Amino acid sequence: MAASGDAVMQFPPSSTELSARVQPLVIFNICDCYVRRPDQAVRVIGTLLGSILPDGTVDIRNSYAVPHNEFSDQVPLDIEYHHNMLLSHQKVNPKEVIVGWYSTGFGVNGGSALIHEFYSREVINPVHLTVDTGFNNGQASIKAYVSTNLSLGDRPLAAQFQEIHLDLRMVEAERVGFDILKKQAVDKLPNDLDGMEASMQRLLSLVDTIYEYVGNVVEGRVPADNNIGRFIADSVASLPKLSSLDKLVNDSIQDHLLIMLYLSSITRTQLSLAEKLNTAAQIL
Amino acid sequence: MANPVRSFLQVASTEEAAPPLRVVQIEGLAVLKIIKHCKEFSPALVTGQLLGLDVGSVLEVTNCFPYPIREADDEIEAEGANYQLEMMRCLREVNVDNNTVGWYQSTLLGSYQRVELIETFMNYQENIRRSVCIIYDPSRSNQGVLALKALKLSDSFMDLYRNNNFTGEKLREKNLSWVDIFEEIPIKVSNSALISAFMTELEADSPVTQCDYDRLQLSSGPFVERNMEFLIECMDDLFVEQQKFQYHYRNLSRQQAQQQAWLQKRRTENMARKAAGEEPLPEEDPSNPIFKPIPEPSRLESFLVTNQIANYCNQINGVSGQSFSRLYLMKALHED
Repeated sequence: MAASGDAVMQFPPSSTELSARVQPLVIFNICDCYVRRPDQAVRVIGTLLGSILPDGTVDIRNSYAVPHNEFSDQVPLDIEYHHNMLLSHQKVNPKEVIVGWYSTGFGVNGGSALIHEFYSREVINPVHLTVDTGFNNGQASIKAYVSTNLSLGDRPLAAQFQEIHLDLRMVEAERVGFDILKKQAVDKLPNDLDGMEASMQRLLSLVDTIYEYVGNVVEGRVPADNNIGRFIADSVASLPKLSSLDKLVNDSIQDHLLIMLYLSSITRTQLSLAEKLNTAAQIL
Repeated sequence: MANPVRSFLQVASTEEAAPPLRVVQIEGLAVLKIIKHCKEFSPALVTGQLLGLDVGSVLEVTNCFPYPIREADDEIEAEGANYQLEMMRCLREVNVDNNTVGWYQSTLLGSYQRVELIETFMNYQENIRRSVCIIYDPSRSNQGVLALKALKLSDSFMDLYRNNNFTGEKLREKNLSWVDIFEEIPIKVSNSALISAFMTELEADSPVTQCDYDRLQLSSGPFVERNMEFLIECMDDLFVEQQKFQYHYRNLSRQQAQQQAWLQKRRTENMARKAAGEEPLPEEDPSNPIFKPIPEPSRLESFLVTNQIANYCNQINGVSGQSFSRLYLMKALHED
């Protein structure tokens, strides 16, 4: 690369302290829009909504697709649509503002720079999210970038997209249950007791793993790791030491539960009785 | 000989009976959106619109959008309608199904059986052949249960409501009790192949999820307390309703007694007149106020309240079951 005279290529320091968080709903939205895209479109582009947390992290909470056309050097974006959707979304949730934009497909190309410039007019430092729906590397890759402008002396040269740390907060998806979200068809939503059973089984498997590990360490098959040992000791110690008090507590709580169960069943019986009496024929 | 091929005219003229709705199929995307919207605004109650397709005996919900919270203000009526049209138009442009199939609302501890719900149902039913209401309870989901329910009004109830006729006789005729007002439809969740591939890849590595933490929490006290509070309030309401009925019956029997007394008087008068040779007076006098029929109070409120009580009881039962399991778990952990 020929440096002309004294001008030196400036690389602004990469802001590695910027990070982004994505809620699972955004990924669902993007995939859904991709599946529904018009036939001639290769990729889908849309706006990301969210908020900027006090420590600088960008929290991406919602998204919507924006129709666009892609030509070799131009990318006309339906700006009116973009504004209309933004207004509609803000009526419901005024705290969500534009934080960036997304596109499906791997990597960043020329068109993206133009779109990024458009979005940087709306927001100070837009985040660009790419969701690789083609599974190019054989795995799902979701990456976030910010762009910095490279300049040679005073002349703007190019825009450099730097990847930033992305945190996939799957708490919501976990709450719903990955089983429901993973399969293509789930026949029945799990009810209270099924869920309890599943949780307890998981807990049991965890305990089994730890037991096995401790057994291995004692027999010398696996080198002992002090940190893990400390963790295990902490968790075992966190079981409250109640001894004989334990039975007392247990029994009294069982009393409460049993009474509640009894009361609610009796209420239900009373209801059906009252129903029969109320609509029975009145003899006057 | 029966002609197996019907002419076009015949097919067009016979109305096909709609197969009964058996299952509501929701996409994971819609579920997540509903959950997010309801959770963000809890404890305020929010609503939104469901979009999808009506296919045979399955109602597919493929997308949804939330409604902004409306202050009770008349001029915002038009704004609300505008917002809805705008959203539907924009979603149409990105190829989302533009077909309304119902609405969703959030609820607090299951207290959703109100008259407004029925009225909204009737409104929807006039325009759309089949609509469903999805209820989501964010407070119960903190206990680790996905509290999503799909409801529909039963047909017999809808007929009765249209005629605005809720007297005891009519209900006995149709054999309708408070259980039959709402029909709960089972929910199936479906996901596109792309999203299930993504979720499989992105699944959290730890074998225990947030859901498990919620479920295994030992304290269910506050939840049960609130449930009981609502239950007691409902009991009060039910009591008020039953008072109304008692009052009505007392009035009815008093009126009957009055009628009998008046009839007796008339009869003796007539006997006297006959003896005196005059015309007997008629035995009925419609202008006399004691013959005016007293309207029977509608049973709709009491049905709804009964439904709510049943709901609370069920919830308490569910939570108790969970708590039992947790307690035994604790005990077992302790014995080691």
